[in-house]
Parts: sequence; structure tokens; C-alpha cells
Amino acid sequence: MESKDYLKDISEIKNMMNKSSRFISLSGLSGILAGIYALMGGAIAYWLVTTSVRGYLILDGKIFKICLLILFLVAFLSILTGIILTTKKAKKHGEKIWDITSRRLVFNFLIPLISGGLYILIILIKGKYGQTGALMLIFYGLALVNASKYSIGDIRYLGFVEITLGLIATIFPGYGFWLWVIGFGLMHIIYGTWMHFKYDRKQ
Amino acid sequence: MSIITNINKAFDHRIRLGIMSVLMVNEYVDFNMLKELLGATDGNIASHTKALEKVDYIKVEKQFIGRKPNTRYSTTTLGREAFKKHIEALEKLINKP
Repeated sequence: MESKDYLKDISEIKNMMNKSSRFISLSGLSGILAGIYALMGGAIAYWLVTTSVRGYLILDGKIFKICLLILFLVAFLSILTGIILTTKKAKKHGEKIWDITSRRLVFNFLIPLISGGLYILIILIKGKYGQTGALMLIFYGLALVNASKYSIGDIRYLGFVEITLGLIATIFPGYGFWLWVIGFGLMHIIYGTWMHFKYDRKQ
Repeated sequence: MSIITNINKAFDHRIRLGIMSVLMVNEYVDFNMLKELLGATDGNIASHTKALEKVDYIKVEKQFIGRKPNTRYSTTTLGREAFKKHIEALEKLINKP
């Protein structure tokens, strides 16, 4: 065997290790769209609150309920878009959408996310909502860092940014809304664009 | 010439190399997943896993999931060490001027 064959062996080993342990068909475009949904949701919520009679948000008001609804809608649309575009990308690459690697990715992503989601719901029920934005950013960041081990490693950096924004929001709760908009809106668009050009466009 | 001796004959085939690579990064993998990942036939996977089992590089567990028989594979300590040595030998060969 010549060294060219050995080189092929090494790349085959790497390829197999990656393919069998990481789900890499995540679509960058879905990140961009998720960011746009978040920005739109944020804009509607901002408009609702600032044009309301009080001009600020209280926990048992009608506007608060609408804001929660917007939040769920943004999350729902983002997940739906993510699933559709990722399925399309996986199909194009001849990869299965629901195999061991994607199951592992979803499972590990959901552990911090669901823990955080329940925590936020519980403290909302108890009437504490000052830190909601910060907590969402921190738990989402942790979920991304955890998931990065089972997908494209670059997701980790978005996770670090979200955690940092969350901690800043903890120090300055008054800016929670704006940091949320940066974290879920702007950062998704920037990150999605970066991923789109780094991975999707090349193939 | 000692480098050459580290090249392991047991891994000197694309399918066996693939099987070991997959098992190195997974706790265990079942027959169908190996087949899917490597794009090989049933008989191909069966004969190569048997060869690796024979030299004690992988462990085979047969079990039932519901009523379906399921065979899953994992590496042995011996297999992991042998594979690491094999990769090191490959790298040395490539880096050799």
C-alpha cells in the first residue's frame, strides 16, 4: 500500500467517526428565519407594551398573556421551520432525518431547555418575572453548548454568546428585553448566515 | 522498520476500518446502523464483524427488542488499544518524508 492509501484510510476513519456520532444536516437558513421570527415577535410585543395604557408590563394583565402567546408562537414557528429545512437538507445529502445521531442531538438539546422552561414557568406562576429574559438566554445557551457535542461543533459558540447575554441581562434586568432581542433575533441571523455560507453554500 | 509492524492486518480493509471507527466513538452500535453507515451488505458486515470478534477486538451481544432479534457491537479494551496503535502507525507513515 502507498501512503496515498493510508491518507485515504485516515480520512475514512474521520468521516465514519463524525457520521456515526454527529448529526450535521442542521440548516443555517432555519437559524436566520428563527432570528427574523424573534425580531418580529419582539417588535410586536414592544409595540403592544409601549402603546398600552400603563406603558409597562405587569404579570396579570391581558398584554402579558398576549406576550406569552407571541413567545410560544415564535418558538413554535422556529422549531417547525428548523424541522422542515433540516429534513430537506438531510434528504439532499441522503441522510436519514431520524436516526441515532439526530435522536441523541434532540435529547441532549432538550434536557437543559426543558429544565429551564419548567423553571421559568414555575417562577412566573409564583409571580417573579424580572429575570425571565435572562433565564431564557442562559438555559438556551446551555442547551446549545450541550447539543454541540452531537452536531456541528460551531453551535457551541452561539451557546457561549447566549449565556453571556443572559448573564449581562441578570446584572441589568432593565435591558432584559433588548438582550433577548439581540440573543434570539440578531445572533440567530448572524449565526445562521455564517453557517449558511460555511456549510450549506459550499455543497 | 518497526513502524510497519504496527500496521494491523486486522484493520487492513475498508469495512473493518469503518466498523472500528464507528465503534470507537459510540458506546455500542447495532447491525443495521453499521450496515447503513458503511453501505455494505448483510453478509459483508457479518463476515467482517466476525473477523474482528475472532481477534477479540469487538464484543457481540445478541438480544431481543420485543420479538425482533438485535445484535449490537462494542469495542473491547484490546480492540481500542490496537486501533489507536494502528492510527498512530498510519499517521507516522503519512508524515514520513
